[in-house]
Order: sequence, then C-alpha cells, then structure tokens
Amino acid sequence: MVRPLLFTEKEGVFVEKAMKRYMPIFVLPTFCAFTLGFIAPFIMGIWLSFCKFTTVTDAKFVGFSNYIKAFQDTVFRHSFWYTALFAVVSLVVINVFAFALAMALTQKMRGTNIFRTIFFMPNLIGGIVLGYIWQLIFDGILSNYNTALKLNEWLGFWGLIILVSWQQIGYMMIIYIAGLQSIPGDVMEAAQIDGATSWQRLWKVTVPMMMPSITICVFLSITNGFKLFDQNLSLTAGEPAKMSEMMALNIYNTFYGRTGWEGVGQAKAVLFFLLVVMIGMLQLRATRSKEVQQ
Amino acid sequence: MKKRKVVSILLVAAMTVGMLAGCGSSSSSDGGSEEKEASGKVYYLNFKPEADEQWQALAEAYTDETGVPVTVLTAASGEYEKTLKSEMAKTDAPTLFQVNGPVGLASWKDYCYDLSGSDIAGELTDDSFALKDGDQTLGIAYVIENYGIIYNKALLKEAGYTADDITDFESFKKVVEDITANKDELGFSAFTSAGMDGSSDWRFKTHLANLPIYYEYQADGIDNTDAIKGTYLDNYRAIWDLYINNATCDPKLLSTKTGDDAVAEFVTEEAVFYQNGTWAYNDVADIGDENLGILPIYIGVEGEENQGVCTGTENYWCVNNKASEEDIQATLDFINWCVTSETGVEAMCKDMGFVIPFKSNLESDNVLVNEANKYLEEGKTPVSWNFSTMPSEEWKNGVGSALTAYAAEQTDANWDAVVTAFVDGWATEAAAAE
Repeated sequence: MVRPLLFTEKEGVFVEKAMKRYMPIFVLPTFCAFTLGFIAPFIMGIWLSFCKFTTVTDAKFVGFSNYIKAFQDTVFRHSFWYTALFAVVSLVVINVFAFALAMALTQKMRGTNIFRTIFFMPNLIGGIVLGYIWQLIFDGILSNYNTALKLNEWLGFWGLIILVSWQQIGYMMIIYIAGLQSIPGDVMEAAQIDGATSWQRLWKVTVPMMMPSITICVFLSITNGFKLFDQNLSLTAGEPAKMSEMMALNIYNTFYGRTGWEGVGQAKAVLFFLLVVMIGMLQLRATRSKEVQQ
Repeated sequence: MKKRKVVSILLVAAMTVGMLAGCGSSSSSDGGSEEKEASGKVYYLNFKPEADEQWQALAEAYTDETGVPVTVLTAASGEYEKTLKSEMAKTDAPTLFQVNGPVGLASWKDYCYDLSGSDIAGELTDDSFALKDGDQTLGIAYVIENYGIIYNKALLKEAGYTADDITDFESFKKVVEDITANKDELGFSAFTSAGMDGSSDWRFKTHLANLPIYYEYQADGIDNTDAIKGTYLDNYRAIWDLYINNATCDPKLLSTKTGDDAVAEFVTEEAVFYQNGTWAYNDVADIGDENLGILPIYIGVEGEENQGVCTGTENYWCVNNKASEEDIQATLDFINWCVTSETGVEAMCKDMGFVIPFKSNLESDNVLVNEANKYLEEGKTPVSWNFSTMPSEEWKNGVGSALTAYAAEQTDANWDAVVTAFVDGWATEAAAAE
C-alpha cells in the first residue's frame, strides 16, 4: 500500500478513499476505448475461429475443423520456421548494432545528438513505403547479377533483415542510450579504480546494469520479428511461391485467398497469438531473472 | 511553470479534439440516415477504379433528378473482396455490389437478391448475361469487355507487316521473331514487359491462362470443372515463351516489372504488342486512335484462324438482399435508370466507355472496342471468359509464382512446376473451396 508522505494519517486515508471512489471515472474513457478497440474484437476473433463466415456478423459454428485445416497446411508450417529464423536473426542483429551505437553515441564527442536523430529517423517511415523503396534498391542492385528479390527466398530473407534492421536499430538505440545514461558514474569509477579493463567493465558492470533496457529491447524486437507484416507484404509478397511468406502474411492470405477459408485464417490468427504470447512470456522471464538491483 | 501549463493545456486540447472528432462523425452519419429513410438510399461499392469519377458524377446526377441519395465507394485495385467483406459487415452495408462470376457468387450467394423478373433483367439483350444459381437470377452483367493483344499499327508497319499477316500462332510467331531479330535497327521490341508484379501478373496468370482453359472446355464440351486436365498447356508454354523472350526486358527481371512499366513502354513506342483489354483504352490513347488495334491471342490450336478476341464479363451487379426493402427498391430503380435513361446510358457508354449488354447500348468511342467488334462482324468466334471458373485466388497466385520462376530459368523442370500448379493446384483448390 502506498502511503502519501505529505499527509497526516487521517488525510492520507481520505485521499486514498477519494482515489478509490473516483478511479472508475478516470479509468472509464481508456477502458471504453480498450474494450471497443481490443477486447471486443479479440473475443469475437476467438469465436469466429470456430465458425464459417463471409462477413464477421454472419457466422455459423463449425467446431474445430478450422484448426484442423490450419494444422494440415504445410505452407503455414513452413512460414512458422521461416518466421522463427527471421525473428532470431533480426533479434541478434538489431540488438547488437543498437547496443554498439548506443555505446558510441554516449561517448563525449561532438554531434552525438545529430547522429542519434539520424539513426532514429528511419523509424518514422511506414513499413509499406519502406518495403517498396527497399525493393527498388535491392532489385536495382540484383539486376546487375541477373536475378531479383522475388526469385529466391533467401535473398528475400536477407533483404527483410536489412530492411528491418535499418528501421529498428535507431529505435532500440534510443532505449539503450536511456539505459546507459542511468548507470551511476560512481559504479564505473569504482570498477576502474579496482583495475577492471574496459572489456570487463562492459560485461561485468554495464551489461548487468542494462538488463532492464535489454529486457525491453529483446522483447520488442522478438515480437516485432514474429508480427512482421507490412514489410513482408511490400518487399517480397511471399514470392517465390510463398517461400518467403511469414506467419502474419500467411494468415492474411489464407483469409482472402479462398472462398470459405476466412475461419481458417482466423484460427491461424488465434494460434499465432498464443505463440507470440508464449514466446514473449518465456523471454521476459529469462531476461528478468538476470536483472540486478542498482 | 507557465510553460508547463501551456503544454498541459495543449495536451488536454489534443485529447478533447480527438473525442469530439469521434463523436462528430457518428452524429453526422446519424443525421444522414434519418434524412434518407424517407425514400430509401443506394450505396454502390464500385469495382472499377478507372471509372470512379464517372460513377461519382452519375450518382450526383441521379440524386439531383430524383432526390434519392446515392453513395459510391470505389475499392482500390485488387482490394475489392477485402473491402466488400468489411463493408458488408457494417450496419450501412452496400446495397449494390458486384461478383466476378460463379466462383465469386458462391461466397456471396446468401447476400444476393433474386433479380428474376426485375426491370433491369428485362433490359438484357441476351439471357446469358444474367448470372444464375438454379432458377434464381442473382447477378446482372453490366459491361462487356474484350481483351487480346493491343498493337501499335504504325510500328507494325514500320517492321514491314500489317495485321493481315497475322492469322494464327505460326504467322504471329514469325512476325514477332522477325521484329526481335531486327530489334536494333527498328529501335523497338515486339512485346512490352510481361510484368509479374502484383499490379500486372493477372494479365498472364488469369487472362492468358483463360485460353488453354477455354480450348479444353470447348474440346470437352463443358463450362466448368473440378479437375482441369491441362490439354493445352504446351500451347500456353509456347505463347508465354514468345511473350517473355521477345520483350523489352530480360525475362529474369519480370518479377520487378509493373503494369505501369508495360503501359509506359507501349505509349513511348518501345514495343509493338501489349496484352490487355478494352478497359486500358484511356491508358494507351496517347499513341493516337489511328494507331491502335487489337489482335486475338493465338496459341496454336487447330482452327484458330476463326478465333476472335476474348469477350466476356467478370462484372455482375448484385443487390444486397439484407438491405431494407426501401433500399432494395431504390437500388433496383437506380440500376434500371442507369441502363435506360439518357443520362445513365450516356454516362456508361460514353464517359466510362463501356459496352453494356442492354437494349439501350450506344456505339462506343473506344477504338479498342470497335476494333474488337470487327472480329465479330467478320464472323469470328469470340473466346469466352472462363477465368471466373478458376477455383480460387490461391490457384491464380500459384500459377503466377510458377510462371515467374519459369521465366527466370526456362527449363522443363520449371515448366513442370507450372503444370503442377495449374492441374494439381486446380484439383486441390476446387476441393478446398468445397
């Protein structure tokens, strides 16, 4: 229980009571928006995954058949492995580079703010636009080698990695910079006086102190990796022959690709949700346990 | 302190604006429907982005004349099914929408008002333009279109040929390969790029694929099937080879070429041939009416000298049977007015350049339409549009991907992948769609 320090016992109880009484009023607007925008569609989505439907207001219950079809879909399974690999590679690339940049841009040098701004800027451009622009760039280069992004799933894979790294490194960098700036100088100083090399200081002091930032960044980049959609749609559109189709795009294509398969797409979406939540939870638990008290 | 106050006021203002905007839009739509309840209203979800402006104008003209509000919303190219799905779930759903044929009808059947005996059904010049399910008429075609190989007469002449030299696949191939052989002297290629980008691949995975399907249906005497045999796929390969190996670009780069690229190459006279339909007239009109012609797509089937261009429709109007009775009536009145009144017919035939399958049809200003009609007058048999029987979008995408891969590396193994996507894919997709 939080006890306000500036109040006497009596007044404190009064404030708490008032807070409790008015809480519903303050929470209400956000709660309404959250219900309309998230809870209602979410529950509807779960219900629809057990239905056959053309429009969402007109559904017939069909039991688990959508889930059975979803599991039988080999393309869906392929997209799972492809996505998982993508998530892992992008996780490593983004975080290593973002951390290195953050270290570099917290040194005492001129122009750090300009660099931070520039590195952050790609994050302000939408995924679809980025996809098309990078497609032009990649295909422009690849045409010299007589090939194209849509002809090879691994070209598409690395294309996506480059695109996503370019887009997200700046964002993660900002989070890391905030983390680095909050490390108290005396800890560093103490380590230095004790004779720790700069490498030791990085691994034994900086990284442990940075664990909260690392938790956030790893969480963001791994879930972003799994949820990637816009960039995938505009950069490769799943070509060649669905080989570079990631899970979110697969769900979308299932929904619209065949008459009567809307429910299967929905079932895949529910499975996808469970998967992302599970991975997110595991990752949070793993990195949280390494966080140290300052 | 002052600064902080200003900032917080601004923040509060920003939030309130958001809320007001939310409320504002909902109240205005309430007001709208109240007014409309009197006489019913029409909400048309239009499929053709190229005719959006004309539909908006026509809707306005109708409202001016009758007072019935008509809303026209146009779906972005390739987004019709998606837009329709979300719009149909709304309280104010479209009262008038369209399906592309039997396969499209299968998913929207429950939403289609039976048009048998309606005024507009009586206006059709031929019963085959009605889309039927059992004895119910659920869709009415509102435009007839043609496609084939659009060509530049001036360039063809420069190469030393006229359209009369092209009567079947063999003669066509000779002309094309001759142009390719003299490409450097002539300064242009035979074909525009057969782009396999999403904006252009339907020309090949759907429209060109119609020809082998058409001939197979003809040979077997059917008009739909759950299992295609692929009898004419070698012909499909022959014409595809011709397209990709005599074009402005390297076949390896087709996956990056868009529909706009092909149009640009045709208009800037970099190529003679461009496969597309009468709807593309406005895009290519720049090269001059006298230079535009359209050829049938010959694929080397016996007796194809008598083949015309591909003529048909994938545009069937359907009326939403879940709309209120007044709205249904208003919609029926509106579409009937479109095809019978002077304003409506003028707009459809002249402004939109449609050939409409109704008694009131006017002669077209669209050169490609008139060129296509010449084949009919000469007594050639038009190729019907069978691609509305293709089992699903998935099937088309499968064939498209395989065609792209084959274009990049023209081996028998890669062609086998096209055949697999075509034949086996058809069977699995037909089974999957139930």
